[in-house]
Amino acid sequence: MSAAATMAGSWRQFWQRFNARRSTTVALWTLALIVAATLLVPVFSPYDYSTPAWTRIFTAPTWRGGQLFGTDALGRDLLVRVMWGCRISLLVGLVASLVSVVIGVLWGATAGYLGGRSDALLMRAVDVLYSVPFIPLVIVLNVLFGRHLLLVFAGIGAVSWLDIARIVRGQTLAIRNREYIDAARALGVRAPAMIRRHVIPNLLGIVIVYATLTVPAVILFEALLSFLGLGVQAPLASLGSLVAEGASEMQANPYLLIIPALLLSLIVLCLNHLGDRLRDALDPHEH
Amino acid sequence: MSTEREDQALLSVHDLAVSYHGRHGAVAALRGVSLELRARECLGVVGESGCGKTQLLHAVMGLCSGGAQLQGSVRYRGRELLGAPPATLAALRGRRLALVFQDPLSALNPYLRIGTQLCEGARRQLGLTRRDAGRRASALLDTVQIEQPALRLRQYPHELSGGMRQRVMIAMALMCDPEVLLLDEPTTALDVTVQAQVLAVLRELRARTGMAMIFVTHDLSVLAAIADRVAVMYAGRVVELAPAAQLYAAPRHPYTAGLLHSMPRLDAPLYERLPAIPGQPPRPGDDTVGCAFAPRCPLVHARCALMPALRAANDLAVGDAWVACHVDGPPQRLREIWT
Amino acid sequence: MPRYVLRRLLSAIPTLLLIATLAFALLHLTPGGPFDSERSLVPQIQHAIEARYHLDEPVWRQYLRYLSDLARGDLGPSFQYRDTSVNQIIALGLPIDLAVGGCAIGFALLVGGAIGLLAASRPGTCRDRVPMTLSMLGMSVPTFVVAPLLILVFAMRLHWLPAGDWVGGSWRHLLLPALALALPYTAFIARLVRASALEVMGSAYIRTARAKGLGPMAVLLRHALRPTLMPLVSYLGPALAGVLTGSIVIEQVFGLPGIGRFFITGALNRDYTLVMGLTLLYGALIILCNLLVDLCYAWLDPRVRLAQ
Repeated sequence: MSAAATMAGSWRQFWQRFNARRSTTVALWTLALIVAATLLVPVFSPYDYSTPAWTRIFTAPTWRGGQLFGTDALGRDLLVRVMWGCRISLLVGLVASLVSVVIGVLWGATAGYLGGRSDALLMRAVDVLYSVPFIPLVIVLNVLFGRHLLLVFAGIGAVSWLDIARIVRGQTLAIRNREYIDAARALGVRAPAMIRRHVIPNLLGIVIVYATLTVPAVILFEALLSFLGLGVQAPLASLGSLVAEGASEMQANPYLLIIPALLLSLIVLCLNHLGDRLRDALDPHEH
Repeated sequence: MSTEREDQALLSVHDLAVSYHGRHGAVAALRGVSLELRARECLGVVGESGCGKTQLLHAVMGLCSGGAQLQGSVRYRGRELLGAPPATLAALRGRRLALVFQDPLSALNPYLRIGTQLCEGARRQLGLTRRDAGRRASALLDTVQIEQPALRLRQYPHELSGGMRQRVMIAMALMCDPEVLLLDEPTTALDVTVQAQVLAVLRELRARTGMAMIFVTHDLSVLAAIADRVAVMYAGRVVELAPAAQLYAAPRHPYTAGLLHSMPRLDAPLYERLPAIPGQPPRPGDDTVGCAFAPRCPLVHARCALMPALRAANDLAVGDAWVACHVDGPPQRLREIWT
Repeated sequence: MPRYVLRRLLSAIPTLLLIATLAFALLHLTPGGPFDSERSLVPQIQHAIEARYHLDEPVWRQYLRYLSDLARGDLGPSFQYRDTSVNQIIALGLPIDLAVGGCAIGFALLVGGAIGLLAASRPGTCRDRVPMTLSMLGMSVPTFVVAPLLILVFAMRLHWLPAGDWVGGSWRHLLLPALALALPYTAFIARLVRASALEVMGSAYIRTARAKGLGPMAVLLRHALRPTLMPLVSYLGPALAGVLTGSIVIEQVFGLPGIGRFFITGALNRDYTLVMGLTLLYGALIILCNLLVDLCYAWLDPRVRLAQ
């Protein structure tokens, strides 16, 4: 069987295993729905996220006027604000994860491939960085540097690459030591072809899994920063800052807290579940 | 199987079938195995990987994984073991029926000392005190030729060599003086000199205590040194069962002949290629109709589309031989069909 | 073993140095000083204050001064709260953090472990699926969402527990914060223990134990328990670190007088010494926790123990 056919065959198997349970389909569709809403609602809604409407503060969720989620303390439409919040969360999730995956993969693959002293040095750096209390430091960063959105991304990305680096390094080492590498080398396969044919396909799977798991962690971290007032700045809304606003009004208007909290949890839940299923599909445990 | 011998049989297995529920339906590991172990004898079981020999031992001891479905009958001294209550089985395990597992590194608990693992069976089954059990363990370590027993008892499994671990497993099985010893590939992971030592120990044990054994392996040459009778398994079934000498001299099943032929010999003329049986054995999930060996058999003919039953070999001179093959008549020089 | 501990402690020093330097650099490189937000002072008084806190010296000298103070264990005076040293602030706030954190970890270990074991005892059934789905939920809902919700339900609607207003303080004030903090860790530990238990129960040495005729209790307690708990021990390191830093949020929401609250206000007000001191404290605690966890692991696993 040709190499391409085997790859195609194993991808099909992988997809089958991934899609096996109904919950996976539900999670995928929920995410798709949220992403669609995030993109479309602010475009088609008559309201925007920052204009206050003093006559309509604290209205409960209603069908009237399309203000499905009600309004907040300044009369701003909660639906649009929440959708903007989702946009920010998803954007941060993607960008910061990308940054951390790129750093992590490069670092880990280099360490694993080079081995020996360089590996020890690179991994020692990772060990040291692990002990650094990142959350406090990133908080400091964000407080001090005027809270640019890009800095939020950078800070979060800087925190999350450690795990991926470790995993990728372990995987690279394992691949390097496998017999088929020796066999390929003995048969005269050269390094670039070896990397292309053997190393990358094996790394790809695990990187995708961990990238998918990094996204929710990153989203949560950004929400945390915004909750503390350090991430996204008013009038822009992040799901975290919306939760903070909701928490301060929760006694009288609980919907202000519950709705953004629900959406944030839903997004994270779906992503966690998908990451979990991806990992199972990649590495099935037959009971 | 012969009924007049059943009262002599220590362990009798009848039509034992083990299957697991897999993702794509049932997977059969054993498809109806019948054999018996008589007092004081050593029964060898030989076959390729995947033929079900390990499953056989596990099923006898009632240790198959949770999802296994067992059918048939396993009797120890007339008592049915399949489906027996857990307490009954627990009382028999270690005490009357003992199993030596295949991979001693994973079969020993890495977190407990050797002494603990050796003694706990005896302390529970025989009620020995810690000191008595310790002394007994030392004596057994001595029997299996492990030096410095007192030191070894305090060590952990990863501190011993592979050969020592295997011998510890054997000593562990012997702690309660069982009547039946089941061994799953006890020599496979060992190099040849240690192999010889272990076989010598087992032979001596048999001579001294009269213990009965089932010795599972994929290596026919090992069985020649120790087995009284040999059962050959293929694809979850027994295809031939005969006294050892007869099996080696005049096999009746093409597969057995093929196995014997594929063992390289020093006294044969130089080979151009190593002899082998062409093709692959069926995997546990594959369900075949008719004889499972047919695709690889040089003697295949139309009748082989029907599953051959294990029948008494039609030979007047030899009483106790069984074969599952449609090829009838006096034993040809089966080995030649492979050359 | 003592040599190993010593080596670990020594290697912690460069890490702490790195943290101190990072924090110092960040704080001093950014615009704004600690006293800028005060009412505009007469220049002479401003100079006097700066001199008192050595802020008029060149940066590198301030750095060295700080390091030498550090070596003596003196974290310096707080810039915000005059006449109070950072050490004093820590002494006031740390016990509360330790109490809440300790409760949270204890809860997570006990409840999470129990749930995990329960789920593993009947895999694939309701007893397994339901807790695992709930745990997925528990890991996905962030602490800062759970905390206000808990307050809403238990304090405001049901009036069972106090919401905040730590005056005089009692153990009752610690329950909700500890619970909010513990939830995601409980969820993760439940999954971890379940997976570990299933793997252990399927392993070859458990089968060996049963083959010897041991009873189910002996198999579980003597053979299965320790291997099952080992991944939990490894997880304890990051879990303790997470609980520590997670308390920052918890204090914010519940109004607890712990050190996390001081951290943010300190950063906002450029209280250099306070921020650096707290950052170092967090770092040191994390390093200590990791060391303890590694020692624990080595003590429990004979393969690691003897390799040293």
